[in-house]
Amino acid sequence: MNRRTRKQRLRQPMDPRGWLVRNLQVLLSSLGRLWQRPLGSLMSILVIAIAMALPTGLYVVVDNLQQLSQSWEGAASATLFLVQDATDGDVQSLLVRLKKDPAIGKLQHLDPAQALAEFQQYSGLGEAVAQLQENPLPHVVLVQTADPHISPGDFSKLLDRIRSYPQVEPATADLQWMRRFQAIIHLLQRGAWLLSLLLAMAVVLVIGNTIRLEIQHRQQEIRIIKLVGGSNTFIRRPFLYEGFWYGLLGSTAALLLVALSWLLLREPVNRLSQLYGSGFSLEGMAPFNVLLVVGLGCLLGVAGAWIAVHQQLEQIEPA
Amino acid sequence: MIRFENVSKSYPDSQGGLREVTFRMEPGEMAFLTGHSGAGKSTLLKLIGLLERANRGQVWVNGHNLGRLTPREVPLFRRQVGMIFQDHRLLEDRTVFDNVALPLVVTGQRHQEIRRRVQAALDKVGLLNKARALPVTLSGGEQQRVGIARAVVSRPPVLLADEPTGNLDPELSLEIMELFNQFNQVGVTLLIATHDLALVEHLSRRVLTLREGRLVDDRTP
Repeated sequence: MNRRTRKQRLRQPMDPRGWLVRNLQVLLSSLGRLWQRPLGSLMSILVIAIAMALPTGLYVVVDNLQQLSQSWEGAASATLFLVQDATDGDVQSLLVRLKKDPAIGKLQHLDPAQALAEFQQYSGLGEAVAQLQENPLPHVVLVQTADPHISPGDFSKLLDRIRSYPQVEPATADLQWMRRFQAIIHLLQRGAWLLSLLLAMAVVLVIGNTIRLEIQHRQQEIRIIKLVGGSNTFIRRPFLYEGFWYGLLGSTAALLLVALSWLLLREPVNRLSQLYGSGFSLEGMAPFNVLLVVGLGCLLGVAGAWIAVHQQLEQIEPA
Repeated sequence: MIRFENVSKSYPDSQGGLREVTFRMEPGEMAFLTGHSGAGKSTLLKLIGLLERANRGQVWVNGHNLGRLTPREVPLFRRQVGMIFQDHRLLEDRTVFDNVALPLVVTGQRHQEIRRRVQAALDKVGLLNKARALPVTLSGGEQQRVGIARAVVSRPPVLLADEPTGNLDPELSLEIMELFNQFNQVGVTLLIATHDLALVEHLSRRVLTLREGRLVDDRTP
């Protein structure tokens, strides 16, 4: 034949409205397909849910710990021990200087005589204490920061400043503990990320495998659709939507699992927090994060389905 | 409409291949393809329907050089060729209606249009009253006619049939051939592979004969 016909190209006509209608149809029919074998679908969805609930739950825990560390009243205060030979005048001048520091909120001064009296009364060592020639207790000043949410960095600077005063013994503050707590949170955060990454891969594999089995089950149908001229896009579409549904339902179930755990834990945590005299209460997930989990679930579902379809579609040809 | 130029196709087991086949069919022509089993009849049809690709030579169908089609164009090309098989190749879990509708569904036709054309195709093969039935509940002849309705529902210019009367008694076979005659009368190009020589004689059309992959005879009465 001639050159003109050789250039003839085959194209599918464009039809945006029809495309939308077809996609909606497939969206619903693929959900129906999940419904047709409820047990298998449910098991896949639960596996996905558990895989997604673990990092999500860990994330909620870390988030709460972070809140806790930010509102940690103990961390925003320090106990200053003054040098043993500090005179009353030294103590007064120190108190004046500390009061002028804008970073400091409340101050409480414990007099050694006062402290000794208390110790004598409550320790049960009254007699032994009475034998002492000198009062061994130093002056103590309790310092609370003006900003209860002070960052560890600023807090550390404040302590360095106070330590530089000659009346103050090198302060042993609660900061060390706070730093350790922060480090634990960082570790957990990193762990949550790592776990998320691994379990995201697991979700992709679970969905990919489910879709792969589905494709094998429907091989004959795919052959016939190819035979009558169904494009790869057409064949791929229901499987991608199926992956989407697995992701959506799995992530929703994961959120339900996390919410259930939250409900079960909230009461005991609040009680514990009350016992410690803390205003801390267990926080839920922000709406944005809920959407993020669902969105990620859908994305992973489609990705898993895509991998499965991509691997298999080329191999199934009509013969 | 169909043109083969020195087409060769071989299989690893060396059965049913083609060797240096050259012929052409004009638009609106109807022909039979005969030969023993393993002579290459099915292979020749598969090359036209692009279920297989030739090792050597060129195949032209409806103006397309099949060797030059990209993977994306393959399904679009297949829509121009209706294929009918001895084993029907129907979807067992779908109704007759859905089976016949499939070629229209894959092209994204509107619902009303699909219904109208499927009904017309089923009417043509005399199965309008079985639209809601599942294929397994039908007789062999009826299933074959479902396959024919599916092949013609999108009105392709080329129709290929591989042993369409293989399992049918002579009377039903004649009915099927009569259907093919009707399609041919409205301009469809038909190539029918069969080893039923009596039927071929009876219809007195062009006959291509294959033997061991070679085209050994091309008679037009």
